[in-house]
Amino acid sequence: MSGPSDPESQGPPRAPRGTHESAAPGLSGEPEVGEKPEGAEGTEVAEVAEGAEGAEERGMASEAYRVPRQADASDLSPLCGPPEVPRQADASDVSRRAEALGASRRPDPQPGSPRHGPPRAAEPLDHTVLKSLLGAWALAACSAEETAAVEAHLTDCAPCADEALRLRDAVGLLHSDDSLDLDPELRAQVLEGCLESRPARIPLPTWAAPFDAETARLDALLRDMAAEEWRAPVRLRWFDGRRETDRETTVAGILGHLLAVDGLVAAGLGLPDPLPAGALRVEHDAGPQTRTELYWALDRAAPHTPAARRPWREQSHAMIRDVSFLTAADAEGPEAGIGTTDTARTADAAHTADAADTAHTADTGDTGAGSRLVSYGGFSLPLPDAFLDRAFECWMHAQDIAEAVDYPYGPPVAAHLTPLVDLAARQLPGALAARRRAGLAPPPRGLAPAGAPGRTLHLEVEGEGGGDWYLPLDSPGARAGPEETVAHVALDSLEFCQLAAGHVPPLEAAAGQDGDRDAIRDVLFAAASLSRM
Amino acid sequence: MAHDTAPRWDRKMQQRLERGEAAALGELYDRFASLVHGLAHRVLDDDEAAGRATRDVFAYIWENPHSFDPREGPMRSWIAALTQRTATSRLRRLQRSDGPCSPEEAERIEEQVRAAATAARADYIVTSMPSPLRAALELAYFQRRDYRQAADTLGVTEDEARRRLRLGLQLLSSAMTRPAMAPPGPRGRP
Repeated sequence: MSGPSDPESQGPPRAPRGTHESAAPGLSGEPEVGEKPEGAEGTEVAEVAEGAEGAEERGMASEAYRVPRQADASDLSPLCGPPEVPRQADASDVSRRAEALGASRRPDPQPGSPRHGPPRAAEPLDHTVLKSLLGAWALAACSAEETAAVEAHLTDCAPCADEALRLRDAVGLLHSDDSLDLDPELRAQVLEGCLESRPARIPLPTWAAPFDAETARLDALLRDMAAEEWRAPVRLRWFDGRRETDRETTVAGILGHLLAVDGLVAAGLGLPDPLPAGALRVEHDAGPQTRTELYWALDRAAPHTPAARRPWREQSHAMIRDVSFLTAADAEGPEAGIGTTDTARTADAAHTADAADTAHTADTGDTGAGSRLVSYGGFSLPLPDAFLDRAFECWMHAQDIAEAVDYPYGPPVAAHLTPLVDLAARQLPGALAARRRAGLAPPPRGLAPAGAPGRTLHLEVEGEGGGDWYLPLDSPGARAGPEETVAHVALDSLEFCQLAAGHVPPLEAAAGQDGDRDAIRDVLFAAASLSRM
Repeated sequence: MAHDTAPRWDRKMQQRLERGEAAALGELYDRFASLVHGLAHRVLDDDEAAGRATRDVFAYIWENPHSFDPREGPMRSWIAALTQRTATSRLRRLQRSDGPCSPEEAERIEEQVRAAATAARADYIVTSMPSPLRAALELAYFQRRDYRQAADTLGVTEDEARRRLRLGLQLLSSAMTRPAMAPPGPRGRP
């Protein structure tokens, strides 16, 4: 913006209403302005003035905007007076400016390339109207006729040509640095670097790190999305025990689903439940699917807009913050370090001692927080596993969203993939037992007493985050080990995750298998059954 | 487009960082990483160097949260200024380690630094301009609405929509001519 000595800058950038209305009709097929009640414009101005804290230092433009009415006269100053040709505009000057305007550095679309509407013979527009159009013109946000009229005007009005140049260059500054695609690895590196130089006094529990990273990754994807993309249809897919199932929703619907189910963990931490108490009273101890349906049925869940992001993000941030304080308090508390590990580990059973070569992030449940249980309706998970489960779901649904809006989306970093794969593998014996109870899997071959050696399946997960798991086949409590192995399944870690998410038919999942085919079948179906809506 | 950084959020974040909350550090990163990396990239024009600058900036904030003064402006501008300085000094270091360079090369580097400073000012202006102006620009530029559609969406007259677009760009154009927008940040390091 030029200084106060420039008369142009003192003019409020708008056309007096009368002039505009006499000139503008006929430009477009749309109904013209003026339907708005008289009082409305006053409201707009007030609203703007309110938001203009700090405008003082920004000079004339904001000043003019704040008190638009006093400045009317300058619009009619001789310099910018309607149709007359500005005095100081000698021809070469003007053509130089016009040239500069042509040599555009702007990103697509070019200024003046009209967005819609067929060109029609334009009625002559007066200077004031043309001037008021300069911003829209620079943004390529006016009709073809207006564009043509503005451009014709710029060749013989020097002040407007100057301003047009300036505004067009300003458009070049608009492109947001926030849309940059950041490598998710960078987040891990930055945080790690910081925490090395100054260790956190209230650290994140290691088992909450995947949830922290995955929610951040999904959030970055959401911030990159255009408003329309929030309505994009997304298919929720899972395996209901017998077959693959799906359900159509939108991007915003997925966010509601994540919010509602994360809410189980949030409520377990003492945070407010995103579902109203009234809805929950009817459905006592509702599980993920019921909670999702309840949330979707709420009025406030209805708009399929970017507004769906905020409650989800706030809740996930609050979960991370509160669980950090909880574990930090435990660590300082008198019972710190007292063996609550067993409670955490046996709660969902199934972890075998032989999986020693994999990282057991979730096993750091040696604090009070680690021994807490989160109810999922029909079952519960220890708090650390619940955080891993939510990280896994966040990743999978982020993938659904990315697919729906055609964005690339990779897997979690290796350090986070490991505990996620481990969680699914640990849950398999329990899932198999549950399938048997439900009559979905044939009964065990024999009953192995808890702790006694029993038939074992060797699950070999290859690639990043992989490892070897020895799973007891006949009872979750039996001891499994390499010497009891009757079957061996090998598959890639990402494929295994897709299977556990119900995205891959069980019988198509394993890359390599040998040994007892029935056992393999049972375990693959159990893996798919880990999925839910 | 830019975030609204309420002063209250800024102060709370500062307290949490001072307290040593790792969760706050994560939130800080989520909010500002793309700004920091984007500005650093403008100066350095290299992914890896921008990544290093990003690490330096966050490490500085994490180790010195007290050096942010909310009275001097929003945290976002403080971070932008910090990034500016960090990236510029990294660029000059890189330049020196390459040995003496030609006057043209030196001029190109200065131009890069100026462009990045302009970008940082522009970010500040967009962040702090009255929200009705920002909303109009957002619709026209990012959502590619023409001004009639923008007027419709905003519930204002077409006249008003044109005015907001023009005024918004006028404010923004001051980034190209006037320095001294970004409030001062910490001196010396990094």
